[in-house]
Amino acid sequence: MITYMVPELGHFALVLALMVSLVQSVVPLVGAQRGIPEWVALARPAAVVMFILVTVSFVCLTWSYVVSDFSLANVAANSHTDKPLLYKISGVWGNHEGSMLLWVLILAVFSLAVAVMGGNLPPGLKARALSVQGMITTGFVLFILFTSNPFVRLAQVPQNGEGLNPLLQDPGLAFHPPMLYLGYVGFSMAFSFAIAALIEGRVDAAWARWIRPWTLVAWVFLTLGIGLGSWWAYYELGWGGWWFWDPVENASFIPWLAGTALLHSAAVVEKRDTLKSWTILLAIITFSLSLLGTFLVRSGVLTSVHSFASDPTRGIFILLLLIFTIGGSLTLFAIRAPALKGGGLFAPVSREGSLLLNNLLMSTAAATVLLGTLYPLIAEALDLGKVSVGGPFYNAVFVPLMVPMIAAMAIGPLLGWKRGDLPGALKRLWLAAGLSAAAFAATFVVVGGGLDEVMGAFGMALAVWLAVGTLVEYAERIKLFRLPLGRSLSKATSLPRSAYGMTLAHFGLALVIAGITASSCWKVEKTQTMALGETVNVAGYDFTLTGVELTDGPNYSSLTGTFELSRDGKPMGLMTPERRVYDTPPMPTTEAAIHTTFLNDLYAVIGEPDDQGRYVTRLYFEPLVPWLWYGCLVMAAGGLLSLSDRRYRVGAPRRAPAGDAAAQPAE
Amino acid sequence: MRDTPAAAPSGRRRWLYLLPVGVFLVLAGIFALQLADPPGQVLPSELIDRPVPEFALEPLPGRGRPLTSEHLKGEVSLVNIFGSWCVACVQEHPFLVDIKNTGDVPIHGIDWNERNPEDGMKWLQRFGDPYDRAGLDPDSEVAIAFGVTGAPETFVVDRNGVIRYKHSGPITPTVWSKTLKPLIEDLRRQ
Repeated sequence: MITYMVPELGHFALVLALMVSLVQSVVPLVGAQRGIPEWVALARPAAVVMFILVTVSFVCLTWSYVVSDFSLANVAANSHTDKPLLYKISGVWGNHEGSMLLWVLILAVFSLAVAVMGGNLPPGLKARALSVQGMITTGFVLFILFTSNPFVRLAQVPQNGEGLNPLLQDPGLAFHPPMLYLGYVGFSMAFSFAIAALIEGRVDAAWARWIRPWTLVAWVFLTLGIGLGSWWAYYELGWGGWWFWDPVENASFIPWLAGTALLHSAAVVEKRDTLKSWTILLAIITFSLSLLGTFLVRSGVLTSVHSFASDPTRGIFILLLLIFTIGGSLTLFAIRAPALKGGGLFAPVSREGSLLLNNLLMSTAAATVLLGTLYPLIAEALDLGKVSVGGPFYNAVFVPLMVPMIAAMAIGPLLGWKRGDLPGALKRLWLAAGLSAAAFAATFVVVGGGLDEVMGAFGMALAVWLAVGTLVEYAERIKLFRLPLGRSLSKATSLPRSAYGMTLAHFGLALVIAGITASSCWKVEKTQTMALGETVNVAGYDFTLTGVELTDGPNYSSLTGTFELSRDGKPMGLMTPERRVYDTPPMPTTEAAIHTTFLNDLYAVIGEPDDQGRYVTRLYFEPLVPWLWYGCLVMAAGGLLSLSDRRYRVGAPRRAPAGDAAAQPAE
Repeated sequence: MRDTPAAAPSGRRRWLYLLPVGVFLVLAGIFALQLADPPGQVLPSELIDRPVPEFALEPLPGRGRPLTSEHLKGEVSLVNIFGSWCVACVQEHPFLVDIKNTGDVPIHGIDWNERNPEDGMKWLQRFGDPYDRAGLDPDSEVAIAFGVTGAPETFVVDRNGVIRYKHSGPITPTVWSKTLKPLIEDLRRQ
């Protein structure tokens, strides 16, 4: 059979992809600089062929996983015949080498999208952007082929694979890396177009209108990816926590912060033709942080100098890749950006001004988290000793940055472009201010009003301020109660979808803030040993342990506890947390049982029995945690709705003088 | 900023455009320095071929089996320095669990520099527990006595309680099969 050659086929396709990516990096760019149309036109077929080759390579690797071809070192190290099919496939990207290949595949998909959908782009801009995409591809394919090749064969084929970390055998985590990568790699579009614009020396509204939907796509995926990761940590790790500020989480959060800033500053470029250099810089930085995130997450290379030492080739390669990509683009920025022409003027109190404030706070937040993440590494390098940076640092610096931002978030959309009317905007927010004060007072009363509760009450007040402020802005837009209802409704249907997108996304954030505040301030945790029949009360809910059962799963054995959950004697249902011990590798995991009411989660974990037949249990009351997930979904839905806006579907118009762009309806 | 163009640079502001690349180069320099000069290799432990320092550590909360220097006598063992704050330890950990499952050599753990005593135990429940005995070293007393430069770090101790080798950084399958395992077999034969 020819099938035993499949890995070689995949390997060969990847080598060919390297050749094509070299052509794609050089020829269209030179063609665009020298004005040779045939060379410019090569960008499109190159991107298409690249996509086909990388897809072939990826399919070959996936095939090797599906048929459990343990002659591949990568498959042998990360798979096992007993694994369910879904996890065999997700095993492809559950390791360093395979995840790098997935990264390149997604990059190829985005390049293909530019090649195929960018019909109305100026050919020069398109060719230059595709060249930059080609350069990124070249770097990554070189990295895969020389330091992280998933197609390496083993001289001795093992009987079976070494399995996959059972913690990773979970649907949430199976789709977490692809989501994150769609986000990370999506930001490469803004990056490539930023570099292309720097080379051309021109940034205008049409440029911004082209990069905005791509940035939005990346942002939606990254939002979902972070949400999914956090949700996974919450239900799988069994500690009732959903965010640990560990470097892996920060690695995805930093580009999200920068990307959110980029999304807003690109809006200013599109509407008002100003903040251009800043937007270009943000596009470069957002993608640079995504690169950093990629390497932090999968290879652990930037987390400790010790990891550098453990595999110097990989470390040197990554460093060179980062120096070339980030250093090169920032140098280009330093040379070319000062020549970009500034556009529209604006007063500090204006829509632009508020978006600039958002940008400053978001970038400062991103820089802060980056500093916290890299600080242990820097300290080690400079011999300042071992430092660990944890939750207290982030809470101390992050919260003060977010408070003014959320306060301004309700006001900004009510300000006009160029020069806003701050007293007028504040006057229209009387309802938000009133309800927010009421929320402060109500929280205080409900939770018992100690001095410790001030922060929590303040957080809830902020969430209400943002939620109501966002709704007020929407009501203003359709002139609710100021026009007859029918007229308002017809205004509502004619509003652009991007306006609805913003309303939804901002409202989603309000939900997230409420969730964060409540779960950080009022979570209740009880750890104890329980005998059968015993009842423990947590925050008014009664957990009764009624049974424990030992069962065998496909590749694990499990201990399942049954709790009867009730409140004030009224039964609410059964909860069945599990403790599993997997076969290969032998590793215990906890499967928490979560009972969700609309407002709260009740969360139960069961542990091993002690010598008297009592079981260690951990029971949690998690207030408003479900709102975190609802909020993430609402934010992502807002992004998607905005993407479906007519003006993106119609595509970017021909480049027009700045004045025309400014005449677009305000968002 | 009133009515001044936000993006038009004056000559004096030009250096601002150089700032990003400058910051990046400093960061890249730090990484490069580390790459050229990995600390584990330039700082061999002072203690190689000397007996382990005397110590007695408390067990991890709820785990039992505390670690003292007396426990390191009698058979060849590994002493692994770890901490729940240490990311490279997460990377190393599954392989330590593998070693434990093969039963090749007992691994003892020193849980170093935890903020809360429970953190290390939670971490072990999350990622698996490869250790035979394990002790809590919140104030770095034992880590300093061992001359630890960072985590993870692993000492090979022979049956007389003498430190014979120190490995800085995560134990990878290569380090294990090329260096540690042959050394352990060697020490057993002596």
